Amino acid sequence: MAYSDKVLDHYDNPRNVGSLDKHSSEVGTGIVGAPECGDVMKLQIQVEGDTIVDAKFKTFGCGSAIASSSLATEWIKGKKVDEAMAISNTEIVEELSLPPVKIHCSVLAEDAIKAAVADFKQKQDAEEGA
Amino acid sequence: MNLPIYFDYQATTPVDQRVLDAMLPYFTSAYGNAASRSHAFGWKAEEAVDRSREQIASILNASSKEVVFTSGSTEAINLAMKGVGEMYGSKGKHIITCLAEHKAVLDTAKHMEKEGFEVTYLVPDDNGAVTAQQVADAIREDTILVTIMWANNEVGTVNPIREIGAACRERGVLFFTDGTQAVGKLPVDVEADNIDLLCFSGHKVYGPKGVGALYVRRRKPRVRLVAQMDGGGHERGMRSGTLNVPGIVGIGAACAVAEQDLEKDMAHSIAMRERFEEKIFSALDHVAINGDEHSRLPGCSNLSFAYVEGESLIMGFKDLAVSSGSACTSASLEPSHVLQSMGVGDELAHSSIRFGFGRLTTPEEIDFAAEQVITAVRKLRELSPLYEMVQEGIDLSTIAWTGH
Repeated sequence: MAYSDKVLDHYDNPRNVGSLDKHSSEVGTGIVGAPECGDVMKLQIQVEGDTIVDAKFKTFGCGSAIASSSLATEWIKGKKVDEAMAISNTEIVEELSLPPVKIHCSVLAEDAIKAAVADFKQKQDAEEGA
Repeated sequence: MNLPIYFDYQATTPVDQRVLDAMLPYFTSAYGNAASRSHAFGWKAEEAVDRSREQIASILNASSKEVVFTSGSTEAINLAMKGVGEMYGSKGKHIITCLAEHKAVLDTAKHMEKEGFEVTYLVPDDNGAVTAQQVADAIREDTILVTIMWANNEVGTVNPIREIGAACRERGVLFFTDGTQAVGKLPVDVEADNIDLLCFSGHKVYGPKGVGALYVRRRKPRVRLVAQMDGGGHERGMRSGTLNVPGIVGIGAACAVAEQDLEKDMAHSIAMRERFEEKIFSALDHVAINGDEHSRLPGCSNLSFAYVEGESLIMGFKDLAVSSGSACTSASLEPSHVLQSMGVGDELAHSSIRFGFGRLTTPEEIDFAAEQVITAVRKLRELSPLYEMVQEGIDLSTIAWTGH
């Protein structure tokens, strides 16, 4: 299979690889996928106010999955939480020129963003409730 | 050292120069139809076909009259299984095979099920092997055929063919083995190994693509087949169609070379594999060999690199031509049916890579490859959330994954 130049670039130089403190109340962690399906994405956001000031990822999966999550962290950094929630997988497909067989990688990246935001909001709600 | 480097010898092999030299005259000067009896062009072609038949018979310890030329293993498998089914179907409608077989066997068996046959699919052990006892236990009154591959194309595990053949012979059931990965790589003797039918392809033994052979036993017992290709009655009526003379010359020459060099080729492939695995295992943890470590094709090393996905790994060593059991490299998005049948979890199946070594592999290539693999695995483990969790002491099986 031929990969687009952008996929290869993210694979060779993945952006924002790493982990944030998952116990911090400012950090939301999303883990989506399953090892037996061949992809697991972990995407984390650090939020100050309503702005995502940092994002990190680690991905087990094919090159397109790595590229999708790498791109997602790049896009959400500096965005408002609500703006990040508006990112759709089709934008990732277009940016990376993913073939139909790899569309699920972009879906997973979108899910990872939403899961990280949900985790962050849950922590906020828990704090407010406390 | 030229890049990229070929490490996919179970998929196909390059044509040996000695084989190509033998073939070339049959394209442009000795181009007769081997069935033309009325002139020298035909006689010369027929002579070449007969020589090839002798060369193939020699490497199998068979008689040249027992060799039927086909377009490759897939056709030979179809002819052997459907041909036996149609010929002996009135005696019984039960056949036995194994879940780790090549799709050519499994899909032929599926087709036969639609025609009214009943198929028992033996489950291999966790190395991918079946035992003679398993076969013996599955044989029934109405069993007419057992089909078990000699060596597995994905993991390289070698089945106990001689014992399986003996179990079939004892019970009067025909035994067909797909020898595509074995002929020219391992000693094969249809007499000592109790084989009734055996197929292989030219292109897996340093011969050309588009030609294969089916061995059909003529004595004790005499095996009869119903032809699957109707026409001019070539190959004693078993396979009609003008003979592919250059290809046939090629597969014969390839067998002659392989027979002569068998010990040397085996020793070389084993040395290359050992050199490779030694380097990998001394540098990386969480690596598993898929298949039977000890009873394995000399040139096959199928490894699972836990916590990294196979396709992304292959991207990491762009200069190595290898194949993966990962779903992502196939159109079906299903991981390898062979690894699944062996009980290798889907997670490790996604992490598997097959490295194939052969006649042209050099130690320098092995060293380069091992270096590339080690670097790529380390890089991807840095990226892997699973590896991170394992380092933190988390048991991955306790996590509620959101499968998709």
